[in-house]
Amino acid sequence: MGEVSFYINDLYTSAPVGTTLLEAVRSMDIEIPTLCHHPDLKSEGQCRLCLVEIGDWPQTRLVNSCTYPVEKGLKVQTHSENVLQARRLVLELLLARAPKAEIIQKLAAEHGISQSRFTSEDPEELCILCGLCVRTCRDIVGVSAIGMINRTPAKMVSTPFKEPSEVCIGCGSCAFVCPTGVITYTEKNGIRSIWGRDFELVACETCGSYIAPRASLEYWAKQTGDPVERYYICRNCR
Amino acid sequence: MPFIESVDHLTEYRRRVRAARDPQQLQVLVCGGPGCLPLGSEELAAAFAAEMEARGIAGKVLLKTTGCHGLCSHGVRVLIRPQEISYQKVTVEDVPEIVETTLLSGGVVERLVYHHPESQAPCPHKMDIPFYQTQNPLVLRKLDVIDPESLDDYLALGGYRTLRKILFQMTPEQVIEAVEKSGLRGRGGGGFPTGRKWRLCREAQAQPKFVICNGDEGDPGAFMDRAVMEGDPHAVIEGMIVGGYAIGAMRGYIYVRHEYPLAVKRLQKAIDQAREFGLLGTNILRSNFSFDIQISQGAGAFVCGEETALIASIEGKIGEPNPRPPYPVQAGLFGLPTVINNVETWANVPEIINMGPEWFAAMGTDKSKGTKIFSLVGAVNNTGLVEVPMGTSLRQIIFGMGGGIAHNREFKAVQTGGPSGGCIPPQYLDLPVDYDSLQQVGSIMGSGGMIVMDNHDCMVDVARYFISFLMEESCGKCTPCREGLKQLITILNEITTGKGEAHHVDLMEDICQTMATASLCGLGQSAANPVRSTLKYFREEYERHIRDKKCPAKVCRQLLIYTIDPNECTSCLACVRECPVGAISGPKKEPQVIDQDICVKCGLCVDACQFDAVKVE
Repeated sequence: MGEVSFYINDLYTSAPVGTTLLEAVRSMDIEIPTLCHHPDLKSEGQCRLCLVEIGDWPQTRLVNSCTYPVEKGLKVQTHSENVLQARRLVLELLLARAPKAEIIQKLAAEHGISQSRFTSEDPEELCILCGLCVRTCRDIVGVSAIGMINRTPAKMVSTPFKEPSEVCIGCGSCAFVCPTGVITYTEKNGIRSIWGRDFELVACETCGSYIAPRASLEYWAKQTGDPVERYYICRNCR
Repeated sequence: MPFIESVDHLTEYRRRVRAARDPQQLQVLVCGGPGCLPLGSEELAAAFAAEMEARGIAGKVLLKTTGCHGLCSHGVRVLIRPQEISYQKVTVEDVPEIVETTLLSGGVVERLVYHHPESQAPCPHKMDIPFYQTQNPLVLRKLDVIDPESLDDYLALGGYRTLRKILFQMTPEQVIEAVEKSGLRGRGGGGFPTGRKWRLCREAQAQPKFVICNGDEGDPGAFMDRAVMEGDPHAVIEGMIVGGYAIGAMRGYIYVRHEYPLAVKRLQKAIDQAREFGLLGTNILRSNFSFDIQISQGAGAFVCGEETALIASIEGKIGEPNPRPPYPVQAGLFGLPTVINNVETWANVPEIINMGPEWFAAMGTDKSKGTKIFSLVGAVNNTGLVEVPMGTSLRQIIFGMGGGIAHNREFKAVQTGGPSGGCIPPQYLDLPVDYDSLQQVGSIMGSGGMIVMDNHDCMVDVARYFISFLMEESCGKCTPCREGLKQLITILNEITTGKGEAHHVDLMEDICQTMATASLCGLGQSAANPVRSTLKYFREEYERHIRDKKCPAKVCRQLLIYTIDPNECTSCLACVRECPVGAISGPKKEPQVIDQDICVKCGLCVDACQFDAVKVE
């Protein structure tokens, strides 16, 4: 793989072919905010916070840096007026959507926004529809128990037909990856409840502390080909 | 139907088809296009068949139901050939007279022909009608003469000549060169040079490659692609074979929305015929080239007209766009190089190759070549499909072919390019229509929708309508489009119901700016156009709504005040009886009064009053 040379904020730099602009920019210790990006997932460009301005003035345009690959001679501006203006408005829209989401409040404040000028439909909303949970469930866990349903007016993350999903293994990865904490689960009396289903938690055969739902352990055993008993001992006791 | 084994066999077959046809034979061509079909094309055709049978001329006259004849506001249309007599608004009751007067006696039924709006002179022949005179149909030219379900009809008019030409006289490279030279640009909206797209795909390394026909036409009021798919399906198929040959693909997909069942049926029939004939399949006409096409039906989401969303939909995923790069020519369907072109683009291809790129490039403007089909609807006298050279002015289309504004009203604006297009005001009526000029005035070519509005249309309400359509159809993947449209519709709803505030205009401008620059796909980037263009050209109308709480066009009901003029009220109480909320009252035999606190502004009193005593402000 060869290297490509390009400009970031007028600095001549280079990166291996296939590097995204976001990776290249961050490797230079320039901070670009992101919400829907995760290093272990394929980016899909939902949140539009990582926008950068590319091209020669006046023929410039904004692109999301999380999927845009480095190009020879490309000129990239990470904090131009156009970028900041768009980023601020995106944050303002997100703040109106999910006023309670701490990460949005924090990012907005960092960009000089204390209050959104826009109407909030639901002051309790936390979900920003970044899709990290859906992609994690699909691409990392591999079960696709949740997905996006509906279009703009009623778009939301849900199990199929809003009913308890048969393929969900209760692993909680969706809750773990969620940047705003909208996905939650409860654990009580050895039962984990998530997405409308109850999962029996397996206790470690050695120390007795709960490891994970039985459905998760069985799924991982099946995925790896290991005997499921191996998973009945927690990581600390192995 | 025979299996065509070679080029000579195709030529020979075509010759036989043509020899069996008499150009002087009487033909009755009933329009079965999207506009006429619901008006009763099938019943009309059946009535012709029965009447001709009864009069003993069934064997002599050829009866066909064809594709769209274009002038949809005057349907059902019937074309009588070879005289080219064009009848309009024909009903089953008119059939005996047409058979008697025209088919048996060679005369014209004058009451069924178009009359010139100014001179009132009858226009019996198709080419006497101003609507047709100034058009230059390329893609639409066969629609009113061929039976869309007959491959013989297509062949008789020179169909699949291009296939033969490319397979045996041209290299793929030459085909691409010809398309490049022709200057053809994508007719689906983006206007990307078709030849360049094909070259990029041909140069892509990965195999296999695909061609896709985008038939996901979803703009309200637009039906040009539907008319082409329903009326001349083989032209689309032939175009796709040419594209497949040029880029080195063996498989093509036609993506059609499920709501176009007739298009699906006709395309499937055409594909079956072409396969049976050996024009699709392995080693076409004994060449080394193999190609086949399958139909993929969409569920009708507007966003699936966006190419990356369309690809996702064919792959069985949620129809949501993906960021580019990678472009479909590099990594499209199933991650493989793919050329996507719109129906009209594909249908242009056979003639470009056949007649030569110079012929095509001679039409149009400097940067936009050839012709474009527009779906002309709204406040014009003549609505329907028009195909004109690029660069034809809006005035020629709206006032020439469109016959001007209906009900003698005043032209106010025309929205081009579908719901995400901009509204163009009267000062640009002489604008030559092409991709670049439309963009300069804040609109788009889109796929060719053209909605004409008159002074009874409120531009704020128009913007509200389109934004509400777009919000329903936005996939919701990216923040600016999803949240921006929701905020825009909230603000527009407030403005049109009298709750507008001065800062709303600035808010909308900020949203529009960010939607245009920061949205993920072309739909999101253009979705703010209806607001941006109306704010630019009709700002005064917004201000009237916000500042004075008045709707000058008297469309936004919540801003209207209904009163009864005591001088004109006859105390007949018709309005009192009609009012659903009991807002009208008054002493007997005296003028009635509307209680503004109770009135819900439904307007029923206006309709009920025979003395025009109810005034609307």
